[in-house]
Amino acid sequence: MTDNNINNLENTARKLRRDVISMISKAGSGHPGGSLSAADIVTALYFSVMRHDPKKPHWPDRDRFILSKGHAAPILYAALAECGYFPLEWLDTLRKAGTCLQGHTDSTLTPGVDVSAGSLGQGLSVGIGMALAAKLDRKDYHIYVLLGDGECDEGQVWEAAMFAPNYKLDNLTAIVDYNGLQLDGTTKDIMNLEPFANKWRSFNWEVMEIDGHDIAQIIDALNKAKKVTAHPVVIVAHTVKGKGVSFMENNVDFHGKAPNKAETELALKELA
Amino acid sequence: MSNPAMREAYGKALADYGAVNPAVVALDADTSSSTLSSYFASRFPTRFFNVGIAEPCMVDMSAGLALGGMLPFVNAFAALVALRALEQIRTCICYNRANVKIAASYAGVSDFKDGPTHHAITDIAIMRSLPEMTVIVPADAGEAAAFVKLIAEYDGPVYLRLNRSATQAVSQPDDNLQIGRGIVRRPGSDVTIIACGSMAGRSLQAADILAGRGVDACVLDMHTVKPLDNELILKMAGETGGVVTAEEHTVIGGLGSAVAELLAQEMPVPQACVGIKDTFACTGPDPETIMDAYGLGVRDIADAALKVMEKKIK
Ligand SMILES: Cc1ncc(C[n+]2csc(CCOP(=O)(O)OP(=O)(O)O)c2C)c(N)n1
Ligand SMILES: [Mg+2]
Repeated sequence: MTDNNINNLENTARKLRRDVISMISKAGSGHPGGSLSAADIVTALYFSVMRHDPKKPHWPDRDRFILSKGHAAPILYAALAECGYFPLEWLDTLRKAGTCLQGHTDSTLTPGVDVSAGSLGQGLSVGIGMALAAKLDRKDYHIYVLLGDGECDEGQVWEAAMFAPNYKLDNLTAIVDYNGLQLDGTTKDIMNLEPFANKWRSFNWEVMEIDGHDIAQIIDALNKAKKVTAHPVVIVAHTVKGKGVSFMENNVDFHGKAPNKAETELALKELA
Repeated sequence: MSNPAMREAYGKALADYGAVNPAVVALDADTSSSTLSSYFASRFPTRFFNVGIAEPCMVDMSAGLALGGMLPFVNAFAALVALRALEQIRTCICYNRANVKIAASYAGVSDFKDGPTHHAITDIAIMRSLPEMTVIVPADAGEAAAFVKLIAEYDGPVYLRLNRSATQAVSQPDDNLQIGRGIVRRPGSDVTIIACGSMAGRSLQAADILAGRGVDACVLDMHTVKPLDNELILKMAGETGGVVTAEEHTVIGGLGSAVAELLAQEMPVPQACVGIKDTFACTGPDPETIMDAYGLGVRDIADAALKVMEKKIK
């Protein structure tokens, strides 16, 4: 990966962040914080790592992406639109009556969305099902599941975490957007997850820890993860909730609140 | 007079009641700033437990707290607690007859902006089917607040279904609210509209439209869906000879079904059910728009009443 490529991807990520701000602002509601913290991860997946074809959203050999933290739908919508799964103008319809872009992902309405979500804690289990299906079909596509750190409070995450290594699901990569905030406050205060990486290790996962805003590191980790055999991989991506907009960074108020007009202008300026 | 959001009225009432009764404890699953159990949490930090995003664990913890003599109020989004933690509710709360109060917030389509995963349109049906469970659907903020004390003083599992937002105010200071006793919000002799939750206010509006068409509709606020006020329903069905039910819920299994089960066995009269017609709703700009789009409009209630009137005449 050349510096030039990385530079392009950084520009793409910034563009997706602007789209996130505009669309949530126009919708008047949504979750900016967790969309922005995942922007670089989603960019790396859709614009470098994943095998996919926007012209053929149902292509059987495509890599799958599950946004288990479904409230970050805006960042996925922005990426899908930028890839060409649907027109960019759709982004303005987020959460509006009759839209194909629901508040949380809806696989029956949005081209490129593989799984409906919004109720936390379920994506990794669905991802396991997809990984098993790939193995049964002898297909080489890869499954990526993006989880929130708060989401890992759900017991079901750990039921899935126990299963995947037992079945040696090396075609499954989990990525945790470790931004340290959930809805009510910090993960440290609400439900401390530490020692987090060691929890996954003790469940027999191959664990990588990265800076989730360094695109080169993200791509490198994802590519390495694909080469690991006989183990599923979890990438613990250290991120900043609200990344890229100064007043949203590490600010739990912007977990699930749209910016007002002045905040929107300021945010777009910072992301210009 | 301002009409607060139902969750706001509930949250404040819970905190106030916490001061009266030291056995009250509250739990939430990382949504206290949304359900507004945060009022209780800030006044009684040692009696509040935020379990993180772990609804099944929270429900079973509440059962344990109740079995240990405490009076737990479980707080979460209705769609997530009623479905994700259903088996825990059945086994550890209902089967133990544990004295737990489930405050199920953001119910119906009141979390309009977040879409179908966050809409609770099947919860009345589910909760109503559980042995030992009492199901209460307050019509407005006043009822939501008043029910906090009533359900706390009732011994047994209760599902209290709350809207995120404000609903049309219908309650009166002299309501004499009681679990299991419906309230006549408007007397009438031609047809009986039985409503719960946000649909009580809408039914009163529909009754006004019907009055303009020469139809005198009675409106019952059936805040307790289980146990149902059989006596009042049979009395009014008998007097008017036709019934419409209205609920912010699917037509399958909720208030309409409860009333139909009663009438079919005791007093068959024409009935129409206003509710969401076995479909997911969608994201919308506000709850009212979604309700109007999915058959819960004031007009839908009035039309249903007119249809029942026709069937009566035949
Ligand atoms: C099962 C479930 N419980 C509760 C919620 C409400 N909720 C939405 S987002 C959120 C916090 C998520 O925190 P985290 O996973 O850390 O996401 P991020 O910080 O990336 O936004 C909660 C509690 C939900 N969507 N699903
Ligand atoms: Mg988080």
